[in-house]
Amino acid sequence: MSALGQALAIAKKDLRIEVRGRHVAGTILPFAGTLLIAFGLSLGPGRSLLRQTAPGLLWLAVLFASVLAFRQAYQAEGEDGAFESLILAPIDKASVFLGKAAAVVVELLALEAVVVGLVVVLFDLPVGHAPVVLAGAFVLGTIGLAVVGSLFGALAEMPRTREAIFPLLVLPLCTPVLVAGVKATELATTGPAGQAGSWLGLLLAFDVVVTGVGSPLFVYLVED
Amino acid sequence: MSTAERLMSSLTARRGERVLAWLAVGAVGVSAVLSLVASPPDAEQGGLIRLMYVHVPAAWVAYLAFAVVFVASVAYLRTRKTRWDRVAAASAEVGVLFTALTIVLGSIWAKPVWGTWWTWDPRLTTTAILLVIYVGYLAVRRLPDNPARRARWAAVVGIVGFVDVPIVHLSVRWWRSLHQAPARLIGVPDVSGSMGVALGVGFIAFTLVYLYFMALRLRVGRLEERVVAEALSPRIGQPAEALMEEPARG
Repeated sequence: MSALGQALAIAKKDLRIEVRGRHVAGTILPFAGTLLIAFGLSLGPGRSLLRQTAPGLLWLAVLFASVLAFRQAYQAEGEDGAFESLILAPIDKASVFLGKAAAVVVELLALEAVVVGLVVVLFDLPVGHAPVVLAGAFVLGTIGLAVVGSLFGALAEMPRTREAIFPLLVLPLCTPVLVAGVKATELATTGPAGQAGSWLGLLLAFDVVVTGVGSPLFVYLVED
Repeated sequence: MSTAERLMSSLTARRGERVLAWLAVGAVGVSAVLSLVASPPDAEQGGLIRLMYVHVPAAWVAYLAFAVVFVASVAYLRTRKTRWDRVAAASAEVGVLFTALTIVLGSIWAKPVWGTWWTWDPRLTTTAILLVIYVGYLAVRRLPDNPARRARWAAVVGIVGFVDVPIVHLSVRWWRSLHQAPARLIGVPDVSGSMGVALGVGFIAFTLVYLYFMALRLRVGRLEERVVAEALSPRIGQPAEALMEEPARG
């Protein structure tokens, strides 16, 4: 089995767990919805303010949801020593890393589709202008989030680590995703979408860098 | 022993530490005289410019310290020698201290000059994020787990954090430039003549302080390790020295 095949097998396994357990759909998605409603309430009912802040709130909801999604992706492995077996399996550790990231990318993209729909309804955000740019921003941003999450999710799920360590590491490291994602979304919805190219480029660069740095480093996190 | 390791161990010997301490105190004294008395007030900012002689060197030390964390983290993962882990730990602590100092000094400077404690300037924002990233690094270091594993995790965070900083900076810079033009910032002061000398001495003084803190923290790190080794040695049935020299493997 090639490294790619191994990664795909792990991604498929994680997605099967999600399809059968419905953790993201049943818990994290409602949580993201709750967040959006809370944001709306905290900012008041002014239409123009809500519309202006919608891209930022949208990405914040995605960021928090992704933190929870990774907790879940590794928590499932924590039961019955499944993670040890996964690490002991004669496969490339980088495949484990990328496979778990890929599964979460799929889960998060599904979640984001619903969350964007909610934002359209709740905050009146026009998403029809440049759907390709918008989709690009979400795909590239989600890959970046997923890779960072996959790397440090392994760390957070080790015995006796503290819960808050994971968001404390992931949120600041993902600043570029937040900034570029929000800006690209803003341009794709209310601004000139043609200017979003450099932001998409930044997201792509982030994805490439964290994947390139994370893949060889993952093995050190799970060595024992 | 490589040259870097030999240099490190001579710095952390008691004698080297004392010499460093006196050098640092002397340099800070000279720097204080130069920046407070000998250098002229700035044409625009007057005496406030004197904050530059501590703010900019503090920022330099912060970045230097995190670069050292990065190098030591890579070296640790390659060699698995605990001394590299100690270097990374020491440098991260000193780095967080100086990053916080940079932000505080910058705020004190910004209030009278820009009229605000904080502005979302790219450099400020990057520094704030840098602080949070390395506070996270220190949190990983405090996890109660076996030392070898903790060292590996910390090294990974130290590497990823450092690689991430340029992208963070770039993203924040673009983000800022697309907003409305920033409130008129007083440009970089013209640093030349005695001001340049004062700033240069400030750099040297702060770097010496950094080295002194490193030496102290490295010695504490070694002592901590010795305490653990001495507690373990009767149970394992080996002398403490043998436990300490063993390169920690996971």
